[in-house]
Amino acid sequence: MRIACPFCGPRGVDEFAYLGDATVKRPNADAPDALPAFVEYVYLRDNPAGLHRELWQHALGCQSWLVVTRNVRTHVIDQVEAARDVAAARSSEAE
Amino acid sequence: MSQSNRLAAGGLIDRASSIGFTFDGRRYAGHPGDTLASALLANGVKLVGRSFKYHRPRGVLTAGSEEPNALVELRSGARREPNAKATVAELYDGLEATSQNRWPSLAFDLMAVNQLASPVFVAGFYYKTFMWPAKFWEKLYEPMIRRAAGLGRLSGEADPDSYEKITAHCDVLVIGSGPAGLAAALAAGRSGARVILAEEDFALGGRLNSDRRLIGDKTSAAWAAEAVAELESLPEVTVLRRTPVVGVYDDGVYAALERVSDHMREPGAHQPRQRLWRIVAKRSVLAAGALERPIPFGGNDTPGVMLASAVRTYLNRFGVAPGKRAVVYANNDDAAATIADLAAAGCEVVAVVDARGDAPALHAAARAARASLVFGGAIARAYGGRSLKGCEIVDGRGGGFKVACDLIAVSGGWNPSIQLTTHLSARPVWDDRLAAFLPGARPVGMEVAGAAEGAYGLGDALAAGFRAGAAAAEACGFAAGAVDVPATDQEPGDTHGRGPWRSPVKRGKAFVDFQNDVTVSDVELAAREGFKSVEHLKRYTTLGMATDQGRTSNVLGLALMAEITGRSIPETGITAARAPFTPVAIGALAGAHRHKEFRPTRLPPSHFWAEEQGAVFTETGQWMRAAYFPRPGEKDWFESAVREVTTVRTAVGVYDASTLGKIDIQGADAGVFLDRVYVNAFSSLAVGKARYGLMLREDGVAMDDGTTTRLGETHYYMTTTTANAGGVMRHLELCKQWLWPELDVHFSSVTDQWAQYAIAGPRSREVVAALVDEGFDVSNEALPYMGARELTVCGGVKARLFRLSFSGELAYELAVPARYGDAMIRAIIKAGEPFGICPYGAEALAIMRIEKGHAAGPELNGNTTAADLGMGKMLSKKKDFIGRTMSGREAFLDPERPSLVGFRPVDRSARLRSGAHFVPRGETPSAANDQGYMTSTAYSPSNGHWIGLGFLARGPERMGEIVRAYDPVRGGDVEVEVVSPVFVDPEGARLRG
Repeated sequence: MRIACPFCGPRGVDEFAYLGDATVKRPNADAPDALPAFVEYVYLRDNPAGLHRELWQHALGCQSWLVVTRNVRTHVIDQVEAARDVAAARSSEAE
Repeated sequence: MSQSNRLAAGGLIDRASSIGFTFDGRRYAGHPGDTLASALLANGVKLVGRSFKYHRPRGVLTAGSEEPNALVELRSGARREPNAKATVAELYDGLEATSQNRWPSLAFDLMAVNQLASPVFVAGFYYKTFMWPAKFWEKLYEPMIRRAAGLGRLSGEADPDSYEKITAHCDVLVIGSGPAGLAAALAAGRSGARVILAEEDFALGGRLNSDRRLIGDKTSAAWAAEAVAELESLPEVTVLRRTPVVGVYDDGVYAALERVSDHMREPGAHQPRQRLWRIVAKRSVLAAGALERPIPFGGNDTPGVMLASAVRTYLNRFGVAPGKRAVVYANNDDAAATIADLAAAGCEVVAVVDARGDAPALHAAARAARASLVFGGAIARAYGGRSLKGCEIVDGRGGGFKVACDLIAVSGGWNPSIQLTTHLSARPVWDDRLAAFLPGARPVGMEVAGAAEGAYGLGDALAAGFRAGAAAAEACGFAAGAVDVPATDQEPGDTHGRGPWRSPVKRGKAFVDFQNDVTVSDVELAAREGFKSVEHLKRYTTLGMATDQGRTSNVLGLALMAEITGRSIPETGITAARAPFTPVAIGALAGAHRHKEFRPTRLPPSHFWAEEQGAVFTETGQWMRAAYFPRPGEKDWFESAVREVTTVRTAVGVYDASTLGKIDIQGADAGVFLDRVYVNAFSSLAVGKARYGLMLREDGVAMDDGTTTRLGETHYYMTTTTANAGGVMRHLELCKQWLWPELDVHFSSVTDQWAQYAIAGPRSREVVAALVDEGFDVSNEALPYMGARELTVCGGVKARLFRLSFSGELAYELAVPARYGDAMIRAIIKAGEPFGICPYGAEALAIMRIEKGHAAGPELNGNTTAADLGMGKMLSKKKDFIGRTMSGREAFLDPERPSLVGFRPVDRSARLRSGAHFVPRGETPSAANDQGYMTSTAYSPSNGHWIGLGFLARGPERMGEIVRAYDPVRGGDVEVEVVSPVFVDPEGARLRG
């Protein structure tokens, strides 16, 4: 598998480290229901057969964290974005 | 040394030179260009191995990597390689080959008695026969089966050869160099595209070398040679011989195994034995050709029974007659060429058995070869044991006769080599007209050309190859232009082999899978017992599961099961192949990553100096650390470590702490960021001060700890534990980039940039004062406990001095750029000599940290919370931080949770061991009474007895109580007293002095 790092270009998968689900969002710790929200954030994951958004790091490259949209059945990668851009867009949406 | 079966002329062998080799100790001669199989056949050797289960005599069936029978051990000693295919092994001078799976000799194999017990060895025999008594399995059945049924032997020695890996990028990868492959490579190569042509054979050309065909006015072999010469003249074309493509991966990644030195006695200087290629190709053309399939009949494994196409390969490519009197058994027209080639080589074709009705092409060929012809007939049985002597032929009308022969050429149609199209899980498609599986969905970027997609005719294959190569190059942006496909001679007719799939006569064992000894009756048995799907058939009979990946047997087995159960082939099932296409040595997958190249050693800056001191080293992760520095007269590590601890506690010692992870953190929001990753506050830390920090995982479990110093308003310097340095760096990057991208903060790992020495002991200030340059004050007032400052030492060397203590003594950590590390340790020792300084190692450090009750790896073990570690009060209530919310989970707040305390033995002479579990006095040791466990123990020179740290339920409330430290693994059962985890200077007066 090859991942197109937005900063370095397409590289072999062995340069990357996988973390996991990029669809979960760290809850607000000051909210009244923070504990159940954190339990869900830390432990509960969907297991979709198809497109999935995942966090990868270009660990043997530029150290960037990436959000990779990948079909987990075919390994076809639709999109690779810098995690910080996704995070920034997500927080501006929330506001 | 006569090559009695070598033809007088012809073949792609160098007849001018003769090379010697041995098989089972006997000397033979062959020519460069031979395989081991062709050279053995040239010398009249037909018996080359014994079969897996029944130990039946076996010969050469094929002329390629699909060979199921002719498996041998190559070489000797540490280089011995089992299960090598004689049909692939390239002959070299001095080659040693040994037959395998026979005892005491190949010709006389006592294990062949297995055949008498063959009713026992049918499909699924190991599920049925060796069921009980259960204890017999390990002691009797398994060793017995392993001895009797097996393949070659491993050398049992370390592999003396080296392997390497390489990554290559290209526009077009062409897999296979037969007519379609050469045409594709030519079309793509002429356009200027970067082309890699990978061929598993050492000769390029595939069946162009095996058949006598005409392309234009040239023989097919001559055309192939010209095509290869042209390809090798093109600057962007790389031709890889002896390089099967073994796997297809996502996004145009291919694995290929180049057998760099397998055709030599041993690799040349600085050459690997094999090289694993990772080829990244924009497009690929699969031109892997097709493999002929056999037709099962009784005794079809007798040495002398061979595929008809392989017979042509031996005749035309190697100039070897595999027999003198041949019978041809076919269900299609392809064998016409075999008949003609045998006749042309001077071999007698005594009979041609066409399993179909009247078929003009074979008719004509048989007549031309003056062979008797049987339409609608079959071979009932071959006989001869170790070497074919003849066969019984039945005609379609119930009559039969025997003929003497020493060769049976069998042609049952063709299987396109589509394995590489299925590696990414695409399913092949059955084609009734071709009676073959064709590629289904192709991997992205791959085209299939020639016989691999069912275009068996030479002209069709050439045209398809040129077309596919041009299309692939154009897809990569190159202009391929039009190609004139050369004209070819007449095609052989209907070569599709639509059945019959087997001889209708059942007499003796008719093998489907030769390598795993699976017969037609095993397939019938599987059907009777309900294992009718192809996946069940495979696993029940082991059909297709040998190292040949069932390349001559899979489709045949499936067709037979379909016929037996009255279903179509697609209804019966489809099997897809997995990588690797041919066996790959583990060594090739490892490449250079062996021993220290797998896990490199990191040396701290004082390493060479420590070696000079006679230090004994220990590996901590990748780091090589000095464990202790023995002095003359000290008899073991214990004595040395105790002396080092005593020196630190009474005078001064120095320790290389450079292995700690070090991270430089800068940015306007650095303080805010650290507040969020540590449980305690760092934004409030004053410049020039250090603070101990604890990090949690988001689930509330302790992750790492260390000290972080504020060097400037927007500049911090973090240290992590040695083991977690990489993980913490990764965590910080994730927090910054993913959780809080709005923060202005950046990190740089500086572990390798700074040499950092701990100088510890009551005299440490005097040593430090002797090192710092004039004008820098290191007094208690100027640099108090947990203070830090940047200064210079030894006449201008930039340094950072921290007043930190892990040992519990007055102590400093002095950091200088790593290039000064060696000079610095020498300078520290020199400056410390008047104060009695000694270097101390990891053993002394471990003792002192237990004496001070500092948590380390055994306590930060992935199960413990801040509260468990006695640091619950550090958790800030004023801010959010990673792990804060989950620290409040009910289970983590349970007062019964074991938490950190110290232990000392009631009998002060007793030894403590980590791993012991705590049980209340008077209670039976059991899981129900388990109250925690000991994590770290040491003999404390400062206390004069053993001490321990551990987690005990309600531990801090139970000071003075006596519990049992129960250690059934090592037979320990010691009464211990619960005490404070700080065994030395509990008030901390020494560090602040």
